[in-house]
Amino acid sequence: MASKSSKRIAFVGNPNAGKTTLFNSLTGSRQKVGNYPGVTVERVSANRKVGIFECEFIDVPGLYSLTPASEDEAVAVRVLEEETDLIVCVIDASNLERNLYLYSQIAELWRPVVVALTMTDRVEQAGSTLKINRLQRLLGCPVVPLVGHKERGVKELIAAIESALTTPLEPTLLSDVGALRELQVELARRGYDHSIADLRKEVLNEPSTMIVPFAELRPIWDRAREAAENAVFADPSARYAWTAQVQRESIVKSIAKQPATLTDKIDKILTHRVFGLLIFVAVMYCVFFSIYKLAQPFMDFIESGFAWLGSVVSPRLESVPVLQSFVVDGLIAGVGGVVVFLPQILILFFFIAMLEGTGYLARAAFLMDRLLGWCGLNGRAFIPLLSSFACAIPGVMAARVMPDPKARLATILVAPLMSCSARLPVYMLIIGTFIEPQYGAFWAGFALFAMHLLGLVVAIPVVFILNRGILKGKKLPFMLELPPYQMPRWKDVLIGMLNRGKVFLSTAGTTIVVMSVIIWALASFPQARSLNGDGQTNIQESYLGKIGKGVEPLFKPVGFDWRISTAILSAFPARETVVPSLGILFALDNTDENADLKDLYSGNVPLGVQLREAKWPDGRPLFTLPTSIGLMVFFALCAQCLSTLAVVRRETNSRKWPLFMFCYMTVLAYIGAWLVQWIGSRI
Amino acid sequence: MTTFAELKKGMSARIVEVPSVGDDHRRLMEMGLVKDTEFRVVKVAPLGDPIEIDLRGYRLCLRKQEMTGFGVEVL
Repeated sequence: MASKSSKRIAFVGNPNAGKTTLFNSLTGSRQKVGNYPGVTVERVSANRKVGIFECEFIDVPGLYSLTPASEDEAVAVRVLEEETDLIVCVIDASNLERNLYLYSQIAELWRPVVVALTMTDRVEQAGSTLKINRLQRLLGCPVVPLVGHKERGVKELIAAIESALTTPLEPTLLSDVGALRELQVELARRGYDHSIADLRKEVLNEPSTMIVPFAELRPIWDRAREAAENAVFADPSARYAWTAQVQRESIVKSIAKQPATLTDKIDKILTHRVFGLLIFVAVMYCVFFSIYKLAQPFMDFIESGFAWLGSVVSPRLESVPVLQSFVVDGLIAGVGGVVVFLPQILILFFFIAMLEGTGYLARAAFLMDRLLGWCGLNGRAFIPLLSSFACAIPGVMAARVMPDPKARLATILVAPLMSCSARLPVYMLIIGTFIEPQYGAFWAGFALFAMHLLGLVVAIPVVFILNRGILKGKKLPFMLELPPYQMPRWKDVLIGMLNRGKVFLSTAGTTIVVMSVIIWALASFPQARSLNGDGQTNIQESYLGKIGKGVEPLFKPVGFDWRISTAILSAFPARETVVPSLGILFALDNTDENADLKDLYSGNVPLGVQLREAKWPDGRPLFTLPTSIGLMVFFALCAQCLSTLAVVRRETNSRKWPLFMFCYMTVLAYIGAWLVQWIGSRI
Repeated sequence: MTTFAELKKGMSARIVEVPSVGDDHRRLMEMGLVKDTEFRVVKVAPLGDPIEIDLRGYRLCLRKQEMTGFGVEVL
């Protein structure tokens, strides 16, 4: 329970009822985003004053019902039952009948309720009239009408909240709760906590074990049972009969024949058999092209910013080489490696907010459901999977649009199999060195395409197996509301985008920086000899190099020597580092001691030539065609991205799933590379 | 009585039978798919499933193949 001075006010409502818009209007950018303890459900809250009361406003995840079917809903119910002083129930006036279903359950929680009636403009546009006073009487609580985007009614809502806090009134909707409530209080006094809903079930299921030790509660128990038996709302159909009646009595429908709505007209095109799919492909192409293109200048800017920072800091620490290397190569490079993903994340979430806010996301899921459905995913998985082709991090975060926890987890687990843009440098290096010169541009293009297809092709059986193995069990039927089209408010889009950015930096960031520093340490110690006097450590003699030599036997069957193995190991925090790692490793082994590493970075020593000339100790060429392709396949399937694992850790709120992901992907990568080698040796 | 699988675009129907209360279908009923509810099939997705229906003044997308246990009557 909240203390007397601070009041907790929960905002609850159906998805698409305008709850987030209302919450943003009331709290602006003061929102704090966190997780509920122990679960993945996000907790958005903000402090603000209402009259004399200090209040914490809590944005409860969108709900259709209080019967907990998913984790989100279980959390929401717990929040509502345990920690609220007042519930603001957000109801879409243009969809009263279904929205009131949730209200009928909220009213049974026996808390003061204020109804915020949104989208009243939509009802009036349709020529109907709302009878607010009548609705107020039927619901037994204050009802405040709001006009969607214009923030009209917000002041009145605050006033209603204040007066409800001053003189708490519980909804008078139900007659049967009174006795149940008494029973709940009496049992709680004896140390037994039960929700009203549980008690209702319990009293109807005689004989009960709960009452046996407390004979004195018998009279209350009997009254509660009698009330529950006569309950108005025993099951969904009784509740819907009530909501339909309230709707009939409180909205005067216009008799004029309704013309086809704008939504229907737009839908004729956007969900059309042919045009719908074409438009979908075009929209997705634009989104990902924009993420790729728009983010690039910002990413370059961030990268050069951190490079500049390194170059400024570096000379100041010259006197202590270890500190210099730690700060520049470990810390600054580590933080830079995190921040560089921020533009992609913000841009992707801008588009997701737009697609979701307009209502197109639901249509896209409608179109894609069949394609994704047969292996156990559903239509909503396409955004996370498609975004993962740019970068798995926003992809994994985008899986939040999926309400079914199992489908969401399956999507998160396969998202990193999609070939992200960080794999591109590896493909380009290998294809440019070994495929294009020998087999021509056609096969080079084909190889690049095949590498991008590989992840998708592998993901399908993986989901299939996951669904029959560890994710087995009850799955919710696929259900999706198709809300009317509308223009989202810029404020809502921006607040949503900024919240995602904050979450990414604060949680994923810390893990990545720590791990980057660890890898830096492994690659930098022990400090044997320095090259060219600039403090660079010979990787071969570092701990990382020793580990590389140690695992060489493991990688021999797939055709990788210690240099490739070391490069692979050093690329586990971030796969894009493999190209410079290969550069350093092969430069050290192939050229004389005076080779200038700086030239190598700037491309003066072609890495391709080094790779082509690389040999096993016995003189066989190292990079045969199967080894080259095997290396690409390994990179295509391997979980070499610490940032992704950190984000999965956060999104699933468990260490188990990122670990599982890491293991299964690494095993797949090894098997893939081995298969290529094996097939290559047969041909 | 027929089933969801046989519904075509543009048809109006009434739910005449619902599956016995089990958690799998509870969710569907809570969305308003209870006995005697009338609805209209607005659209069928390009590959035949899912379908979009209009009920209680809103639009819902469902998979026909997951609607086993529901009996409907075409109006």
